[in-house]
Amino acid sequence: MHAIEKLLAAKAGVDRVHAGQIVNCDVDVAGINDLYYQTVKSFVEMGGQRVKHPDDVLIFFDHYAPCATVIQAEDHKKFRQFAHEQGIANLMDVNQGVCHQVVVDRGLAKPGEIVVITDSHSTMHGALGAFGTGVGATDLATILITGKLWFKVPEVIKITLTGHLHPGVYAKDVILHILGDLKADHGIYKAIEFAGPALKDMTISERLALCNMTTEMGAATSYIQPDDRTRNFLKAKGVTDYTVYTTDEDYHYQEEITYDVGQIGPQVAAPADVDNVHDLSDYQGVHVDQAYIGSCTGGRLQDFATAAKILKGHHIALDTRLIIVPASGEVTRECIARGYIQDLLDAGATLSPSGCAACIGIHQGLIAADEVCMSTSNRNFPGRMGSLKGQIYLASPAATATAALTGQITDPRDYVEAE
Amino acid sequence: MKTLRTGHAHVFGQNIDTDQIYPARFIEYTEEADIKKYAMAGSDDPDFVQETQPGDFIVAGTNFGCGSSREHAAITLKGNQVGAIVAESFARIFFRNAINLGLPVITCPHVHAHVQPGDQLQLDLKAGEFKNLTNGWTAPVEPLDDYIMNILSHGGIKPLMRAMTSQGKVRE
Ligand code: SF4
Repeated sequence: MHAIEKLLAAKAGVDRVHAGQIVNCDVDVAGINDLYYQTVKSFVEMGGQRVKHPDDVLIFFDHYAPCATVIQAEDHKKFRQFAHEQGIANLMDVNQGVCHQVVVDRGLAKPGEIVVITDSHSTMHGALGAFGTGVGATDLATILITGKLWFKVPEVIKITLTGHLHPGVYAKDVILHILGDLKADHGIYKAIEFAGPALKDMTISERLALCNMTTEMGAATSYIQPDDRTRNFLKAKGVTDYTVYTTDEDYHYQEEITYDVGQIGPQVAAPADVDNVHDLSDYQGVHVDQAYIGSCTGGRLQDFATAAKILKGHHIALDTRLIIVPASGEVTRECIARGYIQDLLDAGATLSPSGCAACIGIHQGLIAADEVCMSTSNRNFPGRMGSLKGQIYLASPAATATAALTGQITDPRDYVEAE
Repeated sequence: MKTLRTGHAHVFGQNIDTDQIYPARFIEYTEEADIKKYAMAGSDDPDFVQETQPGDFIVAGTNFGCGSSREHAAITLKGNQVGAIVAESFARIFFRNAINLGLPVITCPHVHAHVQPGDQLQLDLKAGEFKNLTNGWTAPVEPLDDYIMNILSHGGIKPLMRAMTSQGKVRE
């Protein structure tokens, strides 16, 4: 069996499972974000009275944090009331940040556990050996009532990464390259596992970015076998109680693919599909109106460290704005403590509160028609960050910071190596 | 659940994402009466709501419903009484959301090339067969797992769970 199968079998209380089988599993972390008050409505419509395991439930105020409209504020108010009535202590208020990063910051995504959030990028938690998957509101309401949810055991695609990343090239470039190669529907219902020697060099932050974007391939979940890096990362958070499953030697992968990351240069996903991926150099010189560093894909400490290094002591281009949104309150505080925010503000950046912000085109940095935004986030379809006629290029934090500096799409390697 | 369904076709392409089905700017609505007003508002056919009739089918290529987890995408189609969605493949979360609402989501390879907008379509869920009554094209549909059929036959997960909670089968 695959490690994921062993995990699902354990959570379903059975000895064996196989791909395609439907299993009903105990859920360890159930997260609801503020877009989906529908979850509470479904809970009530299904006859729910008490949440079965309120301690396993988190409510995140992230997409609307802080609220921009009265309807959003009303939704938050109703959620607060629900949390209060049901004894849900983990209400992550508007100071906390994007659900996925909050879960990671708090050490709640652990090897061998099931993390289900009403958000598609829950695949990210596979980077820490958890079974992370996104569901809709009514599925989450089912968990509120029963503590369980059904899953179809996925087939697994193994992506082996070999070689060494060149300076100025990051996990984000790797996952964009893979998306461009395999396309947006390659992983539907599948689990994507990353393995190989190049992965050993990657930080947890980079692994999270890899797994986060498997969602754009349609993947149900993703997985990285926990190693010393994983254990050390969790240990630093005081987390040591978890189960690491390993894949049997004779497990048969549905597909095995290898990429040499040393062959990959800076990439962009050009408008308006996430799999419309090209070498960044093909778009060199395109004017950038807004550079956006943030989101659950590209808004972590390491991302701001990279950006600050490029921009420290310089000023962004005259006709370009740079919006920075650390993914969580913890990331914000750490970035401040290390001086990154100061460096970026000095360079002309605009700091926005932690949360989803313009990644989902609701508030805090929307773009106008015909404007170009380069973003460290994960989706670039029309209207995602504002006007339907806006153009979004997805890239690494280094490429995005470099674009802010020069005002146009620019190869970041020239700016990173100069350090 | 009605196992034999007929309706007219509304045809969409590949990778129809949840922002095309239900744009993010309307997400803050939580009532079906509001949500149903914006079905397909971000797609090539923004007049879908005015044009659709109860029981009409949506036909699409691969990866229908990709993108976000928003249940609004399924709620808005259900609110417009879409009879079935027949596509070459579905994004996973959309598939789950639709089943939970009792909306048949049917996987049928190659369907996109064989249906024109307005064609009269027929779906026989029992026999597992899809038929384009306008041009005679017939194809088997991928069978749904028993677990999923059980949810659909109750009209979705809500009636099913309601039955369980009221019978005390779920201990809270
Ligand atoms: S940051 Fe963007 S991609 Fe991540 S959860 Fe928020 S809206 Fe979704």
